[in-house]
Amino acid sequence: MTALETGRLIRSGKLSVTEAVSTALEAAERENGRINAFITICREKALMRAADVQKRIDDGTLTSPLAGVPVAVKDNICTDGIRTTCASKMLENFVPFYSASAVEKLERAGAVIIGKLNMDEFAMGSLSETSYFGPVHNPLDAERSAGGSSGGCAAAVAAGIIPAALGSDTGGSVRQPSAYCGVTGFKPTYGAVSRYGLIAYASSFDQIGPVCRTAADCAAVTDAVCGADESDSTSRNMFSSSLLSGLTGDVKGLRIGVLKESLDAGMTEAGTAQKVLEAAKELEKAGAQVKEVSFPYLKQAFSAYYTIAMAEASSNLARFDGIKYGFRAENFEDLNDLYCRSRSEGFGTEVKKRILLGTTILSGGYYDEYYLKAMKIREAVRRELDRIFTGTDLLLTPTAPGTAPLIGSGASDPVSVYCSDVFTIFANLAGLPSVSFPCGTDENGMPVGAQFTGRAADDGLVLNAAHAFQIRTDWHMLGSSLSAYRDSVTVQSHVPAGGKLPDEKRTLGKWGEESYEIRNSDRP
Amino acid sequence: MKYETVIGLEVHVELASKSKLFCSCTTEFGGEPNSHCCPVCTGMPGTLPVFNRKVLEFAVKAGLALGCDITRVFRFDRKNYFYPDLPKAYQISQLYAPVAVNGHTEIKTADGTVKTIRIHEMHMEEDAGKIIHSPDGKTAFLDYNRCGVPLVEIVTEPDFRNAEEVNAFLYRLRSVFKYLGISDCKMEEGSMRADVNLSVRPEGSEEFGTRTEMKNINSFRAIERAIAYESARQIKVVENGGTIIQETRRWDNASGRSYAMRSKEEAKDYRYFPEPDLPAFHISDDEIKRCKDLIPEFAEERAERLVREMSLPEEDAALITASRNLADLFEDTVKICGAPAEVRFWFTGGLLSFINETGRDPEDIALSPEKFAEFAGLVVSGELKREAGKKVFRALLESDGELDLRKFIKENGLETLDDGELIAETVRKVIAENPKPYEQYRNGETKVFGFFVGRVMKELKGRADPAAVNSTVRNILGNSLEKHL
Repeated sequence: MTALETGRLIRSGKLSVTEAVSTALEAAERENGRINAFITICREKALMRAADVQKRIDDGTLTSPLAGVPVAVKDNICTDGIRTTCASKMLENFVPFYSASAVEKLERAGAVIIGKLNMDEFAMGSLSETSYFGPVHNPLDAERSAGGSSGGCAAAVAAGIIPAALGSDTGGSVRQPSAYCGVTGFKPTYGAVSRYGLIAYASSFDQIGPVCRTAADCAAVTDAVCGADESDSTSRNMFSSSLLSGLTGDVKGLRIGVLKESLDAGMTEAGTAQKVLEAAKELEKAGAQVKEVSFPYLKQAFSAYYTIAMAEASSNLARFDGIKYGFRAENFEDLNDLYCRSRSEGFGTEVKKRILLGTTILSGGYYDEYYLKAMKIREAVRRELDRIFTGTDLLLTPTAPGTAPLIGSGASDPVSVYCSDVFTIFANLAGLPSVSFPCGTDENGMPVGAQFTGRAADDGLVLNAAHAFQIRTDWHMLGSSLSAYRDSVTVQSHVPAGGKLPDEKRTLGKWGEESYEIRNSDRP
Repeated sequence: MKYETVIGLEVHVELASKSKLFCSCTTEFGGEPNSHCCPVCTGMPGTLPVFNRKVLEFAVKAGLALGCDITRVFRFDRKNYFYPDLPKAYQISQLYAPVAVNGHTEIKTADGTVKTIRIHEMHMEEDAGKIIHSPDGKTAFLDYNRCGVPLVEIVTEPDFRNAEEVNAFLYRLRSVFKYLGISDCKMEEGSMRADVNLSVRPEGSEEFGTRTEMKNINSFRAIERAIAYESARQIKVVENGGTIIQETRRWDNASGRSYAMRSKEEAKDYRYFPEPDLPAFHISDDEIKRCKDLIPEFAEERAERLVREMSLPEEDAALITASRNLADLFEDTVKICGAPAEVRFWFTGGLLSFINETGRDPEDIALSPEKFAEFAGLVVSGELKREAGKKVFRALLESDGELDLRKFIKENGLETLDDGELIAETVRKVIAENPKPYEQYRNGETKVFGFFVGRVMKELKGRADPAAVNSTVRNILGNSLEKHL
């Protein structure tokens, strides 16, 4: 069930907030052993809040579309009174006494946080394998990665535990795991959502964004959390009206540029490229104008991104020094030893690697050669994208070059893991809005994600294009059906040939009687 | 061989804004440790800095007063280093686009020489916290109250040749900043700190020698000593055929020596890069104009004008204008009562000596010009004699300007006396009580005349007109002399 549907049921009184929240909690507790999506599940807090939210819905003070909807938050986003670990030993026991602005806004909208989601340590990674708490498993195939760094977000939504999660996207961290898990992930324009309370990885790229089943849910969540925040000077009011209300599904005349280089054989798996082209055709049928465009800077953008991200990370993560909070090594000899041991023992390998690279990049003698050069490329990428967006409204690419790899495959080939961000990072480099949505499956039945990227502040256009695709297809419901098959082989064998989904109650618990019509022809 | 000392300064000045540079915590000095803190200034994970634009007004005024060009689009940069008093492990500072550049200011040394000192730049940055060590040295406590307090750092060109010039510059800087109301510039409390970059070279040489940087110099006196020590040390090294090592040295005031802290090779690489959490900031023409309009006439210019317009002696003018508060009080009082000489009399004699005796901060003198003018008016009109006035003025200052003047005068019987009979009676009484001086007077020692006048004035609590007392004493003494003959 989507977040909007859940909200509707709750507001209509057919489902109580407590029912919705307990069902989500039970699902989280039940599923976590298999997918490891949650680092912390806060049962008591969530149930207390559920009762409070119910009261406010009943007395009419809470009417938002997300009122009463159970959600979860990536564990690098601060939650007052709930430990926030960044999936790191360094912050294993860190409990912030403030909430991220986005969390405050989400809670103000009545959403109920049931837990904190697993991720790559400090969001550094693309497979959610660098977590101190173990890797996240893809609910569609537990042998496979859920992607990263917001792997827990995508897995929890794909497993039907929660309809919406708040993640963060620095170089594709919301979109790529969404693609791997068959859900919809949205990175708003840089500055649309306050970063206050998001534990920084690379400040000039980081952006909080939702992972949901649908683009409409993403719009609803973004509506709730966006807006200028006086605690974040890089945030601003960007949208004159609600993104959700702008989802017409009408794409007539919309100019979609398919990024030629992203479909090259050397770049992307053939199956993935094929599904993305089919998505383009679907929208063409709906009246969009599809053409090919070229963006020759993908590789340069990729190098510039990692250079700048690591530079910023080396500074952002310097505060974890064992002095004030977080992990402190024992048996240190002096101050320097305290720093060295605490950071050596508290951080994982990938984090240390990036800190060291970033430190080098900013060091005297390298700054001009690496950092400044990367900044110049960043400007050139921005200008080139500006130019491309004069002739097209949206860019269409695969979200990632392939589908979810097997867990552990990254260790042998770290560069290919970095390369899984090759289509997502240019949006971060230029601060553009970008959505990943499921558009098919590969030969293993693993979902393929397509990605729309638009001009800065054109978040509505980006989401509407994904929405237009989703009202015409059902790939976005794939996860929920697969998860039902997995739950019970009997159910799978009972799927009627014509198309009703297997018993909703099995996947999503005891909420509502609604079930979904799935066009069988759209199935792989 | 004769040597010349070449000095450049890096001066840190704490700005007196009410809240910190990047959060809304108070900047108040002291307070319970860690009570003036929030998640932002203590660098908690996920928090972000928000530039306090009020500080910009302070910085722009300072920049303009130092003759700088104001940078229209300025940025902040991160200066990265690990230290427990720096909770983010980086200081938000300005390297690539500081708020003010290319300034100059004039200093005047004791012999009256005027010299121009060039300002390389002035940038804004946040202060760090404080480490307090336990007496046994085993534990270090951290107080983050000062974390995030706004500072400006003024970097001069190497234009100084001796300590006197350096201190003249620092006095000038302090005076200007106090006049601007942007800092109290207390070296002892650390709200003004100067690092001294010093090198020596043979007199007449155009090339600079290798310089050292001295830190931890906490008073004007220490500056003199540190400069004398360091230039002597360097000259000695050079004369013995050695070379100066480029290094950072720590001044130790107790031993009167400086010690090497770290050499150039060990110099920290601060890995500066643009602060990504803050956008570039634009300063408009309007903002600059508004700041320009807020720049007052500074002490030296003001003193010159007072000498010119009110014929004040230079020394008095300098004393009066040393504090903007006092100078304002002086000028406003004169404006209200129109008696510059009378106001000056009470100012230099009464007020300044009160400040000296009590150690009050001139900026804290709360006496209003209206009250001061009322007092001066009483003296000018003759209702209060200067002698009696001294007691009243002192009480006025001690009451922080709250004293009800007329009530006090009446209660203490200090009104001017114009009762000739009483004066004469008092004169006769004083003569009777002091036969010895009277004897001396009769023997022609006329200098004791003053003694009698003083005694009479004292008896009359200074209320009588000194002229009347004078003539009465003269008459009575003269009469008695005649009688005798």
